[in-house]
Amino acid sequence: MIEEVGTTTEGDLIINVGPQHPSTHGVLHLVITLNGETVKNVEPRLGYIHRSIEKMCESLTYRQFIYVTSRMDYLSSHINNQACALVVEKALKIEVPERAQAIRVLMAELTRMASHLLWWGALGMDVGAFTPFFHAFRERELINDIMEETCGTRLTMNYMVPGGVMADLHPDFQKKVKEFITMFKSKIDEYDTLVTGNIIFQNRMKGVGYISGEDALSYGCTGPVLRASGVKCDIRKLAPYDGYDKLQFEEVIETGGDSYARYLVRMRELKQSLSIIEQLLDNIPEGDFQAKTKAVLKPPKGEFYTRVETARGELGVYVISEGGLTPYRIKFRSPGFSNLSALHHMTKGSKIGDLVATMGTLDLVIPDIDR
Amino acid sequence: MFLADYIKSVYNGVTSLLKGMRMTGYYFVHPKEIITQQYPEVKQVLPERFRGEVVMTHNENNEHRCTGCTACELACPNATIKVVTRFDITPDGKKKKALETFVYHLELCTLCNLCIAACPTDAIRMAQTFEHSVYDRKLLTKRLDKPGSKLMEGVE
Ligand code: SF4
Ligand code: SF4
Repeated sequence: MIEEVGTTTEGDLIINVGPQHPSTHGVLHLVITLNGETVKNVEPRLGYIHRSIEKMCESLTYRQFIYVTSRMDYLSSHINNQACALVVEKALKIEVPERAQAIRVLMAELTRMASHLLWWGALGMDVGAFTPFFHAFRERELINDIMEETCGTRLTMNYMVPGGVMADLHPDFQKKVKEFITMFKSKIDEYDTLVTGNIIFQNRMKGVGYISGEDALSYGCTGPVLRASGVKCDIRKLAPYDGYDKLQFEEVIETGGDSYARYLVRMRELKQSLSIIEQLLDNIPEGDFQAKTKAVLKPPKGEFYTRVETARGELGVYVISEGGLTPYRIKFRSPGFSNLSALHHMTKGSKIGDLVATMGTLDLVIPDIDR
Repeated sequence: MFLADYIKSVYNGVTSLLKGMRMTGYYFVHPKEIITQQYPEVKQVLPERFRGEVVMTHNENNEHRCTGCTACELACPNATIKVVTRFDITPDGKKKKALETFVYHLELCTLCNLCIAACPTDAIRMAQTFEHSVYDRKLLTKRLDKPGSKLMEGVE
């Protein structure tokens, strides 16, 4: 283990990137071995934002532990909450009303869009363009306003509860979302002008950070990272939950396997999410927004697992219940952790400047990796 | 051949840069599309569901709806709420639980809304305040029931 900045016996330079470094999007620490400008080895170090969320959850009841998971992948907090709500519902065999399912899907897709927008802006910054950030945040702000109105908060919502959602949609919800859709459609072409079509950007992305589908699978990558290497892995299609099977949408697959393919997957997913929202928005079923549940939730003894597709990939929640008030053990399988583990494979032999760009296309959220 | 490629790539680079600059220019001459908010001079009105802090509702007679059932205290994941109760003697000689003080630690609160969802009598709600910074942490520990307040008639 080499901690200091220095040279190895072969004369390679070892540098630390992070934990306080703007391009790692959080407190991620990378120990990089360099030969000149060429990356020989990348070793992520974790633990700078470990809050032992899994352990914390063991002392919280089945209603309380959901709010903590908003603090994991804070950019798709709705979807984290949804996964936890789903696992409790599975354990207790709660039927979720159709209206609640529709609201959940709407919220999840809005979150996915907000997350991808933020990623797009941040990726721009990673490759040296500052303007995309402002454009992305302008649109994301509208989504946050919608969230604020219905859920009460902008980032850590805690809106999904076992049995449905915490409150009904705000009366203005449909109107606001329609406004957002109109606005977004008029702006999405700007994105292509500004970034996708830019030749400098393409040169930074194409052929960089390649990983084959097989390798990505063996590293346990999921989500857009794996789909960019041509492997089908969308949980919304493979194991539909909350009524995704009733919706028409396309699983976005690219075969390039490089940074550009990962970029395109997320850009195309934005449009897919938009189409899901459009399908649902005028057809939200009437009914309850929450199933009747007991005040105290006590799942039977056993083991329960659910998985959902967050903006970053597959999130699995594994709960062992002893029949008590609190879970005996909770384990989260977070997408960021596995995606990060492939970073070494993608960047070995590339230039150090490309390392940051490749890392940007992985869309890492550090609290998700380091729970 | 090499030179031709080189010139072509320079040309491509400059044109795509100009395309981007054209958009920057567009926003430069259309300041109406800029959405910056002039906080704190102009304060936004927050939606009524916004979770700013937990407050207890009182009516004009200084009556609240809290029966002291401690459901909110049990629902809270962070021990933010402390409900202190006392036993009142009703006219017919029975003991009745009543609220003594309702202590709320804003510094611990994660604004998760679980307490409000748990309250059977809608005694507490979220307020839309958000400027909570103070110089002393002690100021964030609040007593939510107003001094001298009592239980509203008819709330069980
Ligand atoms: S909002 Fe959540 S953290 Fe705050 S007092 Fe209520 S239950 Fe506790
Ligand atoms: S605020 Fe509501 S839940 Fe809390 S003690 Fe009072 S009545 Fe019970």
